[in-house]
Amino acid sequence: MLTLNSRNVVLEGLAKGQRSMVLRLRQGGPEPLSLEQNEALFMQSGAAVGPGQTVLALERNANAAAHASGRIIVPDEFDYLGDGDVLAVELERPAVRVLYRRNSRHNSFLLTERCNHYCLMCSQPPKDINDDWIVDELFQAIPLISPETRSLGFTGGEPTLLGERFLRLVSVMREHLPATALHILSNGRRFVDPQFARAYAAIGHPDAMLGIPIYSASSQTHDHIVQADGAFDETVRGILNLKTCGQKVEIRVVVHQLNYAHLPVLAEFITRNLTFVDHVALMGLEMTGFAKANMDALWIDPVDYRQQLYEAAAVLQDFGLPTSIYNHQLCTIDRRIWPLAAKSISDWKNEYRLECLDCGVRERCGGFFATGRSRLSRHIRPMREN
Amino acid sequence: MSKFQPLAAYDAASDGQYQLLPLKFTALDRNRYVVTNMVGEYAVLARETVHALARHTLRPSDPHYSELKAKHFLRDADSDVAVDLLALKSCTRYQRLADFTALHIFVVSLRCEHSCPYCQVSRQSDDRLAFDMSKETATRALELAFRSPSPVLKIEFQGGEPLLNFPLIKFIVEKALEKNHEIQRDLQFVITTNLALLTDEVLEFCKAHGVLLSTSLDGPADLHNANRPRPGRDSYERAVAGIKRAREVLGHDGVSALMTTTRASLGRVRNIVDEYIAQGFNNVFFRSLSPYGFAVKTKTYAAYDTSEWLNFYFEGLRYIIELNKNGRPFVESYAAMILTKMLTPFDTGYVDLMSPAGVGIAAVVYNYDGDVYVSDESRMLAEMGDKTFCMGNVHERTYEELFGSDTLLTPLEESFAGSVPMCNDCAFEPYCGADPVYHYATQGDFVGRKPLSGFCEKNMAIFRGLIGMMEEDPETKRLFRRWAAR
Repeated sequence: MLTLNSRNVVLEGLAKGQRSMVLRLRQGGPEPLSLEQNEALFMQSGAAVGPGQTVLALERNANAAAHASGRIIVPDEFDYLGDGDVLAVELERPAVRVLYRRNSRHNSFLLTERCNHYCLMCSQPPKDINDDWIVDELFQAIPLISPETRSLGFTGGEPTLLGERFLRLVSVMREHLPATALHILSNGRRFVDPQFARAYAAIGHPDAMLGIPIYSASSQTHDHIVQADGAFDETVRGILNLKTCGQKVEIRVVVHQLNYAHLPVLAEFITRNLTFVDHVALMGLEMTGFAKANMDALWIDPVDYRQQLYEAAAVLQDFGLPTSIYNHQLCTIDRRIWPLAAKSISDWKNEYRLECLDCGVRERCGGFFATGRSRLSRHIRPMREN
Repeated sequence: MSKFQPLAAYDAASDGQYQLLPLKFTALDRNRYVVTNMVGEYAVLARETVHALARHTLRPSDPHYSELKAKHFLRDADSDVAVDLLALKSCTRYQRLADFTALHIFVVSLRCEHSCPYCQVSRQSDDRLAFDMSKETATRALELAFRSPSPVLKIEFQGGEPLLNFPLIKFIVEKALEKNHEIQRDLQFVITTNLALLTDEVLEFCKAHGVLLSTSLDGPADLHNANRPRPGRDSYERAVAGIKRAREVLGHDGVSALMTTTRASLGRVRNIVDEYIAQGFNNVFFRSLSPYGFAVKTKTYAAYDTSEWLNFYFEGLRYIIELNKNGRPFVESYAAMILTKMLTPFDTGYVDLMSPAGVGIAAVVYNYDGDVYVSDESRMLAEMGDKTFCMGNVHERTYEELFGSDTLLTPLEESFAGSVPMCNDCAFEPYCGADPVYHYATQGDFVGRKPLSGFCEKNMAIFRGLIGMMEEDPETKRLFRRWAAR
């Protein structure tokens, strides 16, 4: 698992007076590079430093950076960093946070920790705090991101709680990164207001998709899982408003003890009522955050809902709805739906087990959350292609 | 206290109260019922479950409760989005109505060189003037066709054998394309032909103007030739050669085929399917004879009854399912259309299975002499001397007079299945159609008594059969879902 944040940093010679700065890294060579204002040199041995330049160096290279005018020394585990990566440096604490890695396919931005859901299995438990600084920082970061980036994610908390500022962020994405697909995790409830849905649509982002959860076709069950009364109706109406405005919507279903039994009913509900959605993701539980606290209520071995997962996926697939299965190991799901299984676990969270060494399909398997070791299917075993 | 609340905290319907949404139920067999809602979603339930549902005693803890709530058979105080979704689905189901007539059938000639005993209408006559459509009539009919608000206009050439009047087909196609320059509809053409008179000239014209061909293929050579006599007894050979040549010029999907079941077909359904596969088709449409035209005169129609035809149908369907299970994708088109109604929010626009009926408002026929009929079947009735369904003549009536005529509106209104005795409380009504012409032809009025209706008997058996097959075998259900979603 990659280290993305650290307070174990040393800062020297950086301008004071601001809370944080956002920097894009440039890979140095024997010739000094000319850096822009928001850029820092990623110090490798033998790299030349120009006058007045800020460098970021691993502890092991700290000496080579000795004569730079601004220095950020980070632990060696950040050696995965490279040209074009973007990070935030907190000057007071001090700390560094990696915001964007150019070589990763899994970059996403948490826009706020606030949420109007309190999902039993939330992997990112919400906090009711003022965290407007996050978006301030993002407005600085987005222009530094490589325009060749294939895709970026917005997560939370609930991003749409930011209202106007959420819409402005999407506009800024469209402006600076028009070729970058944008995937936004939202509970969709804010779009129950048709005006908000229209305002979002009016931005005209060429490739934005909202990933919206529906956990059950039964309002009671859905509302219980997200711990918010009336959420089901608002989410469904939000999706209808978004599709009325021609926006792309993905439905995301996390499967666990409380909803697995009616998964096929939910799949039929989607094909009958929301047949115009663009994608459906059936997802395994990530045993982190609230999911850990509610483990007994939520955990079910994926092998024990194998049949329901197969049926739900088959219904969606038969009706031509683009469907994916995320966060499941191939050895736990029905072979007939293997083609739907995606390698979905973010690279910085993904691990395999000893049993997997001998597996013939490991290359196309989702693997495990590094955070999920507390519970494992009893059916983890090497598989063969046929 | 936990910071998480239990389910009961989010259940505004914990008192077990619920309201029924519009639903109907019909026995599937001795123990089970089919329950359908107003947009055709269905559930198969045990008698006691239906009883509990209707009595408002179904408990939220009953496993059927959430299924019936999700399928919009009931709603409770916890959610009020069901009515919005039902409204949306109803709009989807009926969206074709606003488009009005899409299929415009031009009978360009009644002449034919075949003499099929089951033919609905044809004349073996060389008298061109008497049974060919004139340019004047075609021009006027085309004007009327373009008055339809439908974004899709499908012009189908029928006969007789329409290729006997090919110059008129060319005239109509060219004129329609010219008109369409300004009007910009999705314009489609198809010629219904036995292919016996297919020439390179016809094919080149079809290719240049995007015209498709639809032909008849009743089965293997002996069956086809027995059903479809022509001088030289080579109908099959000509049809098969025509299919091959048509595909070479128009592409594989440039020609489709339809079959008609005769007495001679009964017991040979596998041969028929095999023949369709041998000719490279991926579907067959099992069609029974209609009680019209020469079919009645020659007693061909009466040569089998509905239950014999149903045996034929289901034997064929089961054979096709086996083929699919063995890796050969093949579809029975009639089942596929019904399954679309059962398993998706969409309707198919198949004229015989629409309510309000499809007559006039989904399809209309311009006969060779300029008379306008509400359906292909109704001009066949007229050939037998009954012009009940003739809306008027293109040269005498305006568009408004024709399509606003009581000749069209009365049968539409009277036959609407939602208000017809027995149909209105039949669980299969959302899948079925109002067929006023059939019921008039067989019983003398637009509604008919359903226990005597062959239409009702045939379709009820198919609805029951399809649902029963899906209940029996999950693999068949998967296959049927794929047919439904095609």
